[in-house]
Amino acid sequence: MDFEDTPEEAAFRAEANKWLSANAKLRGAKKSADDMAEMENGAAAEMAASKAWQKKKAEAGYARITWPKGQGGIGGTPMQSIIFGQEEAKYDVASGGPFAIGLGMCIPTLMAYGDEAAKKRYVWPAVCGDEIWCQLFSEPAGGSDVAGLRTKAERDGDEWVINGQKIWTTGAQFSDYGILLTRTDPNVPKHKGLTMFYIDMHDPAVEVRPIKQASGGSGFNEVFFTNLRVKDSQRLGEVGQGWQVALTTLMHERLAVGGGQGGGLDEKALMGLARTLELEDGPAIKNASVRERLADWYVRSAGLKYTTYRTMTALSQGKQPGPEASIAKIVVAAKLQDLAAFAMELEGEVGALKGDDAPAAGAFQMGWMSAPGLRIAGGTDEILRNIIAERVLGLPQDVRVDKDVPFNKMPTGR
Amino acid sequence: MNFDFSDDQKLLKDQARKFLTEKCTTKTVRKVFEGSDGYDATLWKQIADMGWMGTAIPEEHGGLGLGYLELCVIAEELGRALAPVPFSSTVYLFAEAIMIAGSDEQKAKYLPKIAAGELIGCFARSEGPGAVTPKSTRAAFKGGTLTGKKLAVSDGMDADFAVVLARSSDEPGERGLQLCVVDLKGKGVARRAQDSIDPSRKHAEFTFNGAAAEALGKPGEGWSNTSQVLDRAAVMTAFEQVGGADACLVMAKDYAMQRYAFGRLIASYQAIKHKLADMYVNTELARSNAYYGAWALSTGARELPLAAAAARVSATQAFDYASKENTQTHGGIGFTWEMDCHLFYKRSRDLALNLGPQRTWKDKLVTELELSNAA
Repeated sequence: MDFEDTPEEAAFRAEANKWLSANAKLRGAKKSADDMAEMENGAAAEMAASKAWQKKKAEAGYARITWPKGQGGIGGTPMQSIIFGQEEAKYDVASGGPFAIGLGMCIPTLMAYGDEAAKKRYVWPAVCGDEIWCQLFSEPAGGSDVAGLRTKAERDGDEWVINGQKIWTTGAQFSDYGILLTRTDPNVPKHKGLTMFYIDMHDPAVEVRPIKQASGGSGFNEVFFTNLRVKDSQRLGEVGQGWQVALTTLMHERLAVGGGQGGGLDEKALMGLARTLELEDGPAIKNASVRERLADWYVRSAGLKYTTYRTMTALSQGKQPGPEASIAKIVVAAKLQDLAAFAMELEGEVGALKGDDAPAAGAFQMGWMSAPGLRIAGGTDEILRNIIAERVLGLPQDVRVDKDVPFNKMPTGR
Repeated sequence: MNFDFSDDQKLLKDQARKFLTEKCTTKTVRKVFEGSDGYDATLWKQIADMGWMGTAIPEEHGGLGLGYLELCVIAEELGRALAPVPFSSTVYLFAEAIMIAGSDEQKAKYLPKIAAGELIGCFARSEGPGAVTPKSTRAAFKGGTLTGKKLAVSDGMDADFAVVLARSSDEPGERGLQLCVVDLKGKGVARRAQDSIDPSRKHAEFTFNGAAAEALGKPGEGWSNTSQVLDRAAVMTAFEQVGGADACLVMAKDYAMQRYAFGRLIASYQAIKHKLADMYVNTELARSNAYYGAWALSTGARELPLAAAAARVSATQAFDYASKENTQTHGGIGFTWEMDCHLFYKRSRDLALNLGPQRTWKDKLVTELELSNAA
């Protein structure tokens, strides 16, 4: 048992560092408040810088390390991808956030189901950051129950006409393309009448409206389609096979959304705060209830960190990681909410302030306001628990009253 | 990155599990739980024949000289099986105290007997309810004799020797403390069996009245030596707790997959599924923290106190949650004496208190975090 690189991994790490140091500067300490702001607004602030850095990485084969040469990768291992990420985090470079969904979910789906011409046309511009993709699945009527979606696609000769609405689309406001899940047959049970397309987000029949979140930021959008016409060649998979195609995408989603969120707002930040505050009985850091909570959150953070190490070990040894990797988001999101609220309690009445008027530049307030979203986005806490129960523990699915009912015969409410 | 047990260690774990599945069923546990014996002597003998007690004891002292990683995988299986043997008292506490603070003569005297399964040891700290502190430690070790009282000593009735935390001088606080070893069969030692929540691990009260005792480690080092012993024991106990939590999850799942209510398997209700998912999450976090503790223990890393405290807190929480929610998943039948749920519920609490409660470990954890941030 050790935390050392294998000789091959060490060599790759050195190589990555050599390239990084030639192309970027080491970064200073990042503020929790900055991380929180990025999480809020989908990292759109420094788009030009993000695109430029992405292109550099793609040309060097560091943008998608596991992908083939010439497609932004080097045909590398998942472990090499992790190592590069660890090293890159030490440098002052623009966020790769805008490309995460496209490269993590959309392009892999296109690679699995698109034709050769589409792959040739879209993969490289996406991987080098010239074109940004979004994922158009969730709808007002289908959140956790994505297959309940209503956006309609009707065939018209060699084209399809699409009408309807999507919601919670991350990055739609700066996306060039999107993959879109539609209903093509309402007369069959819900999972059987879906079809997937990719679309041009600049088409005038596509309207993007930012959603103002409860937290005040706008990382998500509503997207409306009014008689949007797409060619049948933009279909991904067979007509009626959209659910299988979507599962490919969603399989990638949890890997992309799962880890690393919650910014830098953890028990270390709380400890920093507790060092500076006085409570009724003296310094907050000496208070028994503060120490108890710090320990509770520390063991959850550390448990996740070392769970990641176990996953990395499996990858390093060329094995399939175990199911333990699926627990991250449940733990992180709930912890962020509790920890941020506790920090605000320590701040007392001043905790009701935010931004620069609050301690730590309002990082805890921002985390507290964002946390409800994090508990929902990319699979709610409840859906993630279902997934662990069903896929990891092998428990049966809930009774599905809608399973064999044609979609247009299903009851609807709000 | 190689943060996993080796293939050999996993093989040892599989063998241990196979052996205990066969030789240590809950029937075996109940024989001790419901009877007057302090432990299962047959099982203890079989474990000794396989050399488990000497897993981390060096070969020069009659052990297998394998190491702590090997001991940790065995611990997980003992925990899963609720093995009713004085393994933790003898191996994690007594033997480790000898290895940490003992002279060469003491090592030569005690370790080979432990490795051979011929000596049962225990560790005595508490003298009353509340935290064990230098102030609460009044048992007096002076001039080679020990006088005072110790309570709630695990496996105390069956132990041959005890390591005892005592006051050896009038120096204030921990500077006045020292460890000593007492032959429990000697003169001036009275033992009384104490009722405990988990009778598969019997507890004892010791009254020492001028009992012959030998110093273990230097005067003034009793507290720091105890601390080191507890760190090591916390890591290995965390593996027992993870094993126990895992057993509870399996039990709850098996039951939920057989029990019908309102016309369907209870395992299909989200109220049950989410409970089991949380058991899984907590147990995986605890397992990962325990692995880190194992790494720190096996390499003698300076991170050990922090890693041990984290493993301890995390595993205590996981076993606590899993054991109580296992009972809850079973419903009424889970609250019967016949069902095994309460064996785990009680063991979970016993392990949570033995070595000191969460409150103490959480405070220690944060102290270590403060130190590591300052460094």
